[in-house]
Amino acid sequence: MARRTVNRLGELERAVMEVLWEREAPATARDVARTLIARDLAYTTVMTVLDRLTKKGFVHRERTGRAWSYTAAASREAYITRLMLDALDDTGDRDAALVRFARSISSPEAEVLRGALADAGDRGEEPESKPGQG
Amino acid sequence: MIFAWHFVAVAAVCMLVVWPLARARWPWRAPGTGILLWQALGLGWGLSVIGTALAVGLEPYGLGLLPGLARLGGDLTSGKLPAQVDIGRLGAVAAGLGVAAGLLGALASCVVDVVAARRRHRMLLALVAHQDPSAPGALVLDHPVAAAYCLPGIRSQVVVSAGALRLLDRSQLAAVLSHEQAHAREHHDLVVLPFIALRRALPRVGLVGDAVTAVSLLVEMCADDRALREHAARPLVAALLRFGAEGPLAPPRGALGAGEEVASRVLRLTDPRRRLPGLAKMLVIAVAALLVATPMSLFALPA
Repeated sequence: MARRTVNRLGELERAVMEVLWEREAPATARDVARTLIARDLAYTTVMTVLDRLTKKGFVHRERTGRAWSYTAAASREAYITRLMLDALDDTGDRDAALVRFARSISSPEAEVLRGALADAGDRGEEPESKPGQG
Repeated sequence: MIFAWHFVAVAAVCMLVVWPLARARWPWRAPGTGILLWQALGLGWGLSVIGTALAVGLEPYGLGLLPGLARLGGDLTSGKLPAQVDIGRLGAVAAGLGVAAGLLGALASCVVDVVAARRRHRMLLALVAHQDPSAPGALVLDHPVAAAYCLPGIRSQVVVSAGALRLLDRSQLAAVLSHEQAHAREHHDLVVLPFIALRRALPRVGLVGDAVTAVSLLVEMCADDRALREHAARPLVAALLRFGAEGPLAPPRGALGAGEEVASRVLRLTDPRRRLPGLAKMLVIAVAALLVATPMSLFALPA
């Protein structure tokens, strides 16, 4: 039961963040609740979620008139980039936090390996070339 | 003094073995056994260094280490130290305890940092990662660079990037996910952690860096082997090469550069004589047991 509550809160946090990311301008709790109207959330629930997000540092808030207005502390892309850096930057003690599939190597090294593999007569579904890299 | 020399001998053996072992190829043929030997080396070395100092300091008691330590504690609290236990002896005991505290402290601080980093990572994942039918059991990050990793924890989470999904075909992705799930299932993060902690305690010691690199590679090889139980070698090799050809990231570091790491895994997966014979494995396990049992028994035995 407790876990279900946590999961629901997590899901709401995500939904609220998505609202804030969508909007260019700061939003009040009422704005957020209105956008999430399909979920039929109580205003106080939205307040609670915004409060949690503020405490976690994902959301900044400031007072405008009598209500708080909220903005995302960083863009969705910025968070994704940070996660990717965690995942790819294998310097120092960060090694311990995640376990990666493979470290990147330079293209020439990979080409040499591919060549060696082809020379070994190991043909078949070996990729002919890597897809374009954005 | 016999005790101290025994400890010195074990510590010396451990240090002499690290350099060749970090460069040896036979552990690749039995990565699990290789990891066991590394763990024994680390533990045996730590116990021996601590034991050497304690054995020198507690020699006048002639009781063995742990009973001697207990007696010293009693004498210190009652204020009646035997005359032979002079300042030099006390200094040796303090050094031994200091090393023990330093090693345990490094481990604790490493655990704290890793747990915090994972917690932060997990929170961010909850906000921005999503599920995707093409990667069952994994979370997907919308990023063009290829990445696949396991976030370890009580409930470990496998994550792949959109770049990885684009880079790999279906069978390659399945092999990669299976590799990552092996990390999660076998808690490989806990294998690597003590070595990272040791590197934190002794950042300038090259041998420790060698050990971290070697153990990290063996852990990957364990996961490769595990993935091979469910998948053919071919897609796993192809995935490794595709990942390898990706990006400009992460310069080579340590005894084994990143390129060599991928190369060694690929060559190993394509080599049919992969397994170490059972007898050789047992021999390694016996050596590992000896490396740990010797200092441990010296701690417990009376002189």
